[in-house]
Amino acid sequence: MNITDLTVHELQEKLKNKELTITDITRAYTDRIKEKDPEVQAFVTILTDEALKQAQEVQAKVESGEITGEFAGIPIGIKDNLCTKGIKTTCASKMLENFVSPYDATVIEKLNKENMIDLGKLNMDEFAMGGSTETSYFAKTKNPWNLNRVPGGSSGGSAAAVAANMVPWALGSDTGGSIRQPSSFCGVVGLKPTYGLVSRYGLVAFASSLDQIGPITKDVTDSAMLLNLIAGYDEKDTTSVNLEKKDYTRALKNDVKGLKIAVPKEFFGEGINEEVKSKLYEAIEKYKELGAEVKEISLDIAQYALATYYIIACAEASSNLGRFDGIRYTYRTPEFKDLKEIYKKTRSEAFGPEVKRRIILGTYVLSSGYYDAYYKKAQQVRTLVTNEFNKVFEKYDVILTPTSPTVAFGIGEKSNNPLEMYLADICTVSVNIAGLPGISIPCGVDSEGMPIGMQLIGNKFCEETILNVAYTYEQATKFRENYRPEFKGGVK
Amino acid sequence: MSRDDYEIVMGLEVHAELSTKTKIFCSCPTEFGAEPNTHTCPICMAMPGTLPVLNEKVVEYAVKAGLATNCEISRNSKNDRKNYFYPDLPKAYQISQFDKPLCEEGYVEIDTKDGKKKIRLERIHIEEDAGKLNHDEFGGGSLVDLNRAGVPLIEIVSKPDLRSSEEVELYLRKLKSILEYIEVSDCKMQEGSLRADVNVSVRKKGDTKLGTRTEMKNMNSFRSIVRAIEYEVERQIDVIEDGGKIEQETLRWDDVSGKTFSMRDKEDAQDYRYFPDPDLVAIKLSEEYIENIKNSLPELPESRKERYLNEFGLSQKDANTITASKYLSDLFEEATKICGNAKAVSNWIISDISRILNETEMDPIEIPFDSKQLAGLVMLIEKGTISSSIGKKVLEELFENPKDPEEIVKEKGWVQISDEGAIKEVVLKIIDANPQSVADYKAGKDKAVGFLVGQAMKETKGKANPQMLNKMFVEELKK
Repeated sequence: MNITDLTVHELQEKLKNKELTITDITRAYTDRIKEKDPEVQAFVTILTDEALKQAQEVQAKVESGEITGEFAGIPIGIKDNLCTKGIKTTCASKMLENFVSPYDATVIEKLNKENMIDLGKLNMDEFAMGGSTETSYFAKTKNPWNLNRVPGGSSGGSAAAVAANMVPWALGSDTGGSIRQPSSFCGVVGLKPTYGLVSRYGLVAFASSLDQIGPITKDVTDSAMLLNLIAGYDEKDTTSVNLEKKDYTRALKNDVKGLKIAVPKEFFGEGINEEVKSKLYEAIEKYKELGAEVKEISLDIAQYALATYYIIACAEASSNLGRFDGIRYTYRTPEFKDLKEIYKKTRSEAFGPEVKRRIILGTYVLSSGYYDAYYKKAQQVRTLVTNEFNKVFEKYDVILTPTSPTVAFGIGEKSNNPLEMYLADICTVSVNIAGLPGISIPCGVDSEGMPIGMQLIGNKFCEETILNVAYTYEQATKFRENYRPEFKGGVK
Repeated sequence: MSRDDYEIVMGLEVHAELSTKTKIFCSCPTEFGAEPNTHTCPICMAMPGTLPVLNEKVVEYAVKAGLATNCEISRNSKNDRKNYFYPDLPKAYQISQFDKPLCEEGYVEIDTKDGKKKIRLERIHIEEDAGKLNHDEFGGGSLVDLNRAGVPLIEIVSKPDLRSSEEVELYLRKLKSILEYIEVSDCKMQEGSLRADVNVSVRKKGDTKLGTRTEMKNMNSFRSIVRAIEYEVERQIDVIEDGGKIEQETLRWDDVSGKTFSMRDKEDAQDYRYFPDPDLVAIKLSEEYIENIKNSLPELPESRKERYLNEFGLSQKDANTITASKYLSDLFEEATKICGNAKAVSNWIISDISRILNETEMDPIEIPFDSKQLAGLVMLIEKGTISSSIGKKVLEELFENPKDPEEIVKEKGWVQISDEGAIKEVVLKIIDANPQSVADYKAGKDKAVGFLVGQAMKETKGKANPQMLNKMFVEELKK
């Protein structure tokens, strides 16, 4: 049995049947990280010793009956923009290279309460800004399916680690597609919950009105399980919503009969790769076979979502990143004449070019004289986008689109062309703009063996619907049984 | 042209720290004077990933302040970010309110020498205070203390309705007294919990266009505000008279040199890039919520004043002085309740207590004795145990070392001599020693009695009962 190949629900089964111990599992993962991370470079911080020690402790407590939870001893990887007490949280930036948070993010507290085991902190685009994990200050993470390709981003480390079996599942964050797009590129399942479902407390803010934390997993069942663990109102985050607690695994009914799926034609037009399109059409046929009603619709407003997104996200980022000023916990320039120079040199030296670009953009759109033309206008368009999506959900249960216009591109291929890089977000950003839940699941591979992702978008707080629609497809197609990263020369 | 040809136009931005127990966006205490950085947490230190949660009390207090100053209360309000870099501002933005303040369009009434005048308020909004920079005593630069970061403030912005430094002082005193009455701020100016930015401009009388204004920041004493205004007005008039132009700028008042200095050059003109804070939800207030606060408002100074005129027969002036401070007014009412002599209590407050407060630059809230002790003093005089001149000494003692006045009098041996035999002895002695005064009296100069009583008081170190002295002198002299 290959332990690291198992999903979390399979691991739970083996633990329950005493086929495996917690230490067996953790050891298998730390060994796997040791073997594969030098190639994939998914981690910023690896917690081998800590994880093994914790596994032994949890194992002992489970044996003595002190703890009984079904997630006790299950390992996980954490995106490096989630604050973990006593462990570095770098946001893959030189600015926070040595930052150790004095507190745990709310989602981390929840995992700790379950006695889960943290395998380490995962690489990402610097401050979650990027779609390829190439803007990380530390390393360029490789796509496990082809080491010359990017894993996507910004949660590229999380998606690559799951795809390369270095963690059974991981937490990522999604501001404009940062969970779904790397999941699509790495052939795994990524869920961005409805804005407000998961507390953002302890997630280092990129764009506060768009950021959400979500699971990156091997299959849809694991996605529902991890969502169960992290969802819920938090009094420390007033934008989180107080709703009745749900068990998302109960939504996985393997049945889409009579379900109404909308396919917006704008997401299948110019700029969408032909192979991606054809796999999506196959998926649509599959849904019809499974008894769903699929109809093409028009979602005209979506074309404005990308511009809207970059204005709002950059505006908020320019303010959110102000606190990294060389005064307290950040990098500080070694030599300076006065206060102004501390600010200028610290920020010039410790932010990468993409972060600077967005801070400058954001500062510009909020400046007096430009605010009305950009930021205010973007907020107005945001309302229109939300209204249009609401209209669709009056008639349909789910919207189906590609997750990304292409499969994973080559390392370095787009890093000198920011605009082209931004276009890679075209299918995902409108979901954040409207605050909706979206899931990406693999729906095949292209001729070069690279995975293609399908995005399913639901109405607000209708995670159950998209999880079930994703699950039903997954059960019918068994992507994981048919395709592996090693399929055409990826990580074995 | 002379100074009299100019009109002064001023508006104030007053910052008052709210007296909530905890900060505006976290649960750290707001208390003043703790060791640096001990009243802090990841939220008010702006650690990455932290989020603000609005303290409901702050909204309640601000609405109270709005209702007490006749403002419209916004049913829909929100928080905005004001972005700028400074080491005392750990998030690099201050959470404030920009275009939707909690309260708008109010007014405060002041009593000027020409009668009542309404000073209109533009708005009252809530915001967080910044931290404080302390200069390192060892010369190693500045140290940041974030205890004050996140302490809730209201900013009260007036319209340019103020025309003299006297009006500014009256307005500030009135605001201070209102905030004290509704108990939303302790308004301790020395601790900076009440401070004002003063906008000053001048124009030729008859002009309708406002002159260019300058702003003096963070003033926290009435005396310096008045001085600074006088100085700045002179300076502006001098510049204009010399054919110059006033630059719109921010000034710092220096109390020592008695001058204003420019704080920033124009190159640093700030663009705060206000935008709605996405971490906080909109503030929506129901009619019921506002109504409840309205009903909970205590009696305000105006209404107390009316009551003092009618109920206690105080003069307009005395009622004004007493009601200007909630603390004095409470002291008056409570002491009157105990001793039943409103006139005597008000006299003590108006004359000697106010004098001592002025001399020592003490705020009424710092008065060390309580209403019971003041009432005790009044009753001792009423009963004739001490004279009113001894009373003054007792009052001074109450400021120094407050305790039961009866005990003070006993300890100091200040009990009034009311024994007829003892009084007679003194009267005879004084008559013997002052034949000229006796002769004057006999010649019809009644005033001579006053002099003799004075001499007798001197002789007894103020302890003799003056009424008895008076009576007995007249009796003896008529013999």
